[in-house]
Amino acid sequence: MKGFIIKEFYHIFRDVRSMLVLFGMPVIQVLLFGFALSTEVKNAPVAIIDHSNDQVTRAITTKLLSSGFFILSDQVPGEAHMEEVFRHGRVKEIIVFESDFAKKLEKDKQAGIQVIADASDPNTANLLVNYTSGIIYDYQQEYLKGFTIPVTVSAQSQMMYNPDLKSVFMFVPGVITILLMLITAMMTSISIAREKEMGTMEILLVSPMRPIQVIAGKVLPYVVLAFANALTILLLSYFVLGMPVKGSLVLLLAESMLFIIMALSLGIFISTVSKSQQMAMMLSMFALMLPTILLSGFIFPIENMPVPLQVISNVMPPRWFIIIVKSIMIKGLGFQYIWKETLIIAGMALFFIALSIKKFKIRLE
Amino acid sequence: MPIIEVENLVKKFGHFVANDHLTFSVDEGEIYGFLGANGAGKTTAMKILCGLSSPTSGKVKVAGYDVYRQSEMIKKRIGYMSQRFSLFDDLSVWENFQFFGGIYGLTAAQIRQRTTELLGRLGLEGEKKQLLGSLPLGWKQKLAFSVAIIHKPSIVFLDEPTGGVDPITRRQFWEIIYETASQGITVFVTTHYMDEAEYCQRVSIMADGRIVALDTPSNLKAQYQVNNIEEVFLRIARN
Repeated sequence: MKGFIIKEFYHIFRDVRSMLVLFGMPVIQVLLFGFALSTEVKNAPVAIIDHSNDQVTRAITTKLLSSGFFILSDQVPGEAHMEEVFRHGRVKEIIVFESDFAKKLEKDKQAGIQVIADASDPNTANLLVNYTSGIIYDYQQEYLKGFTIPVTVSAQSQMMYNPDLKSVFMFVPGVITILLMLITAMMTSISIAREKEMGTMEILLVSPMRPIQVIAGKVLPYVVLAFANALTILLLSYFVLGMPVKGSLVLLLAESMLFIIMALSLGIFISTVSKSQQMAMMLSMFALMLPTILLSGFIFPIENMPVPLQVISNVMPPRWFIIIVKSIMIKGLGFQYIWKETLIIAGMALFFIALSIKKFKIRLE
Repeated sequence: MPIIEVENLVKKFGHFVANDHLTFSVDEGEIYGFLGANGAGKTTAMKILCGLSSPTSGKVKVAGYDVYRQSEMIKKRIGYMSQRFSLFDDLSVWENFQFFGGIYGLTAAQIRQRTTELLGRLGLEGEKKQLLGSLPLGWKQKLAFSVAIIHKPSIVFLDEPTGGVDPITRRQFWEIIYETASQGITVFVTTHYMDEAEYCQRVSIMADGRIVALDTPSNLKAQYQVNNIEEVFLRIARN
């Protein structure tokens, strides 16, 4: 058994491709999702048309520009040129203050600001408008402090758990899930399929080793590596991306271990149905990767999917693991809140193990 | 004393009969050639003898153990080399020996001693640290054979061991097989090279799941009144 594990490590460490997948991928993915694919808006170019140019509009402008979300772009001569500016894509948002802003505010207790955003990118537009109204509302609160007039109550939305709408919070659980799935399921299925393809599996099965020992010897190294990977991703997201771990770290690691075991049994199952490395690779790519990315709720919210896809997403193991990771890392919840998801993953693991054993026996016949 | 005893072995896959009442025995230290055209049922029978598959009916004993109940014991006493080259390309020669020796439960000292002995016989001590993938096919085949007998089995099963190898290496390979048999290891070999069949002490020829001929090569040639085993084989295959 020890020899088995040593041999498997030799296989991994001597194959450049395996090494890249195992160690390059996590780092690249985390950084990619963390920085490049961020959905946060920073330094969006805005233009401001100020028809009154008094102390109030200047204060609001300063507040907007110092928020970090916006930077002042070209001066726009007037409303007539607005469309032209948008068409060139030079600005994402234009803010227009009406004339005599401060006077109106004092006299009528209300004044108008027009916010126009480039909605060809609807998400960004939405965010920008929200940021802008938030900042203006903030200013309004400050402004009202000087008065004793009753303040009108307005609805206030609050972003729970992620008040800064940091996209890292959304991506890290997804990235951990995808990587654990990829490394464990894909790598094990490929490495078992390789032994079958090379004919070495036959030799191993003729030996006094039991099939279960052969398989265990093959997958154990991947458990270790996948776990090391999970740790790497967590460390990276904690130190580089500033992702918190609010809940219990031990619980998070234990759940990761369970998920790794589930992915492993899935990998073994894939290898029992595929004859070659290519087939194992294709199966893992199409049967695992795409659904993991598309249907697990990682990128597209499950609630927005058509009902049939929502049903399908229920059988996607990553869906449940993402919930677990989010609950522990972001919400800081304990086991009593995630036992259902844990049970589902454990059930899936048992299911795939049973299926693989059955398949394996048939194949030996 | 027979080391392999097979009586009325039947193996069915659904309605297809792959092995139809095979009966034969192999003596200890014998070199036994197991011939037959592709699809005649050789591989199925060989898998049963190695404990990889169980027979539908019939009595099969290998190294004194029953294949139905004692396949684990059988596996400890046999060596196997498949037609596909089957050592690990990305491990060195030494690492391959170490790994397979470990699988058969040899101690580190035993492995070291056997490896030196086997590599010495092949004259490949200098290549100990080389990755297997970098060696020529003929050498790899010889190494695969050495690995198959690293644990000194009672029987070694060779499934088309010389496929794709040049004539000189094939000759050398058979010299090693003779040497192995002289140490008391029974050699059970399948091959498509009929000149190799002549090297065997006895051969059986299968067709359509049955053993049609079983005798020494010279007796078979006399029986069919031909000059070589190839002719015997063609006559049987054509009927």
